[in-house]
Amino acid sequence: METHTTGSPAAPLLQVDGITLAFGGVKALNGVGFAVQPGTITAVIGPNGAGKTSLFNTISGFYRPTQGRILFEGQDISQVHAPQRAKLGLGRSFQNIALFRGMTVLDNIKLGRHAHLKTNVLDALFYLGRARREEAALRADIEERIIDFLEIDHIRHAPVSALPYGLQKRVEMARALAMQPKVLMLDEPVAGMNREETEDMARFILDVRAEWGVTVLMVEHDMGMVMDLSDHVVVLNFGQVIAQGTPAQVQADPEVVRAYLGSGDVGDLRQRLHAGLGNAIATDGVGAA
Amino acid sequence: MDWAYLFEISLTGLAGGGLYALAALAFVMVYKATRVVNIAIGEILMVGAYLFFTFSASFALPLWLAIPAAVLCCGLLGAVIERTIIRPLLGEPPISVFMVTVGLASVLVGLVEMIWTADQRRLPDFMPTQPIMIGEAFLAPKIFWGAVIAVVFIAVVLLVFRFWRGGVALRATASDQAAAYSMGINVPRVFSLAWVVSAMIAAVSGIIVGSIGGISSSMGIFGLSVLVVVIVGGLDSVLGALIGGLFIGLIEALAGAFLGGEYKLLSTFIMLVIVLMIRPYGLFGTREIERL
Repeated sequence: METHTTGSPAAPLLQVDGITLAFGGVKALNGVGFAVQPGTITAVIGPNGAGKTSLFNTISGFYRPTQGRILFEGQDISQVHAPQRAKLGLGRSFQNIALFRGMTVLDNIKLGRHAHLKTNVLDALFYLGRARREEAALRADIEERIIDFLEIDHIRHAPVSALPYGLQKRVEMARALAMQPKVLMLDEPVAGMNREETEDMARFILDVRAEWGVTVLMVEHDMGMVMDLSDHVVVLNFGQVIAQGTPAQVQADPEVVRAYLGSGDVGDLRQRLHAGLGNAIATDGVGAA
Repeated sequence: MDWAYLFEISLTGLAGGGLYALAALAFVMVYKATRVVNIAIGEILMVGAYLFFTFSASFALPLWLAIPAAVLCCGLLGAVIERTIIRPLLGEPPISVFMVTVGLASVLVGLVEMIWTADQRRLPDFMPTQPIMIGEAFLAPKIFWGAVIAVVFIAVVLLVFRFWRGGVALRATASDQAAAYSMGINVPRVFSLAWVVSAMIAAVSGIIVGSIGGISSSMGIFGLSVLVVVIVGGLDSVLGALIGGLFIGLIEALAGAFLGGEYKLLSTFIMLVIVLMIRPYGLFGTREIERL
């Protein structure tokens, strides 16, 4: 925990405080709590069905938690609707790409800024002062910064549905960046990508933090990438946090190893083996690596 | 073949088709944003016409006041319908919502008969009555001016939704609700907006249709032809609504002139069957539309 806080215990930018999310009798999340420090990259990992995406959806306001609070910049936002959370500074991407199909790359990215614009009907119709100024500022920012930054200049006028998967993911990230988020939430940013695309995306994530000071919270399956990039890793299993800490701490945690190897036959066997070893040789019984 | 006569009939058909296009636009607006097939569109149009009748004939308001008042009240009706009847059904199967709009149509007919009785009425004349000659062809003035108003109104609606932020929000919502929601777009408000605008467009077409043919509690039948138009054009396509409107208007006029009035509906529905056999999603519809 204390590895990434520099000096005094800085106030977390985002704090998930004992979130429980129940669908009928099923608890998708059960007392989940962790903090995202400003300027860090935090990763949420866990086996399939552990509740990672449910957690994301709760943070961005799609689900209302049964119990617990979500604090953003010290304020309780549990009762705030998703569109307002977007305005506050929670930008996100989706596990299954959710771009506006049939629109161009540029239009998709511009829509990310939608929440921040103030132009009304009349301004827009007659393209009056405010509409013109906002449009100009928007274009400059989006074109100079985001599009150049993510190296998607060559496809700016292409319809998104015609793009290969890796580029669509990148456009989605660009759209989330256009929201001027304080926390960029990425749901499996490199899922289904090849090695090269993954490395590109990893570089973008690091650069987003370095150049723009955006805090990153991501869900990811690619262990190599999680361990390389993250400052803080939260491990979920069956809706509960089973471990959190630095990548090294998490990797060494026996609970995590068990969650990933499964608790079926193989897991049982392994456990019994350890127990047996423990009895016989009288070690501490957790020699997993 | 009398070419001048054919030209005249075609013009009348296209002008009538402009009205279909306007009403179809109202239908597509709701379908695009909310995926609700609103069978009651013809009845909402009828209520719009009756509201205009009340404001202009009963309250004797001047035209420039009566029309906006009727359109605004109809928009309010749209908001109330969305908020009280449609919103609670969010997430229910499409067929349930569809059936509810069928019921809504009956309720609206009942309300109109209770308030204004079932008698046929005439709307005050507000369109110029000078006959229109286009070349050699004669066009009934009401139909001509009705079409002109429809075209102007369609253009305004399209422009507003092309450049206004609310229109962008509507297109984004139509494309992907979850993504729109997380972009800071208030999706429930977009749903309301779609219903309000749709009801307002319906009111305008109701006023025009009523001025041409008079109003009665059975004028919702007009909605049946509109349904044919949107199915032919593709439920979620604005372009389809416009072209489908003109197309069906033309077919109806030609069938009426050359085969006789009783063949009007028959020919449009045969057209509908043919189009559905060739393109099940309508001429311009998106492919993955769920069939009812």
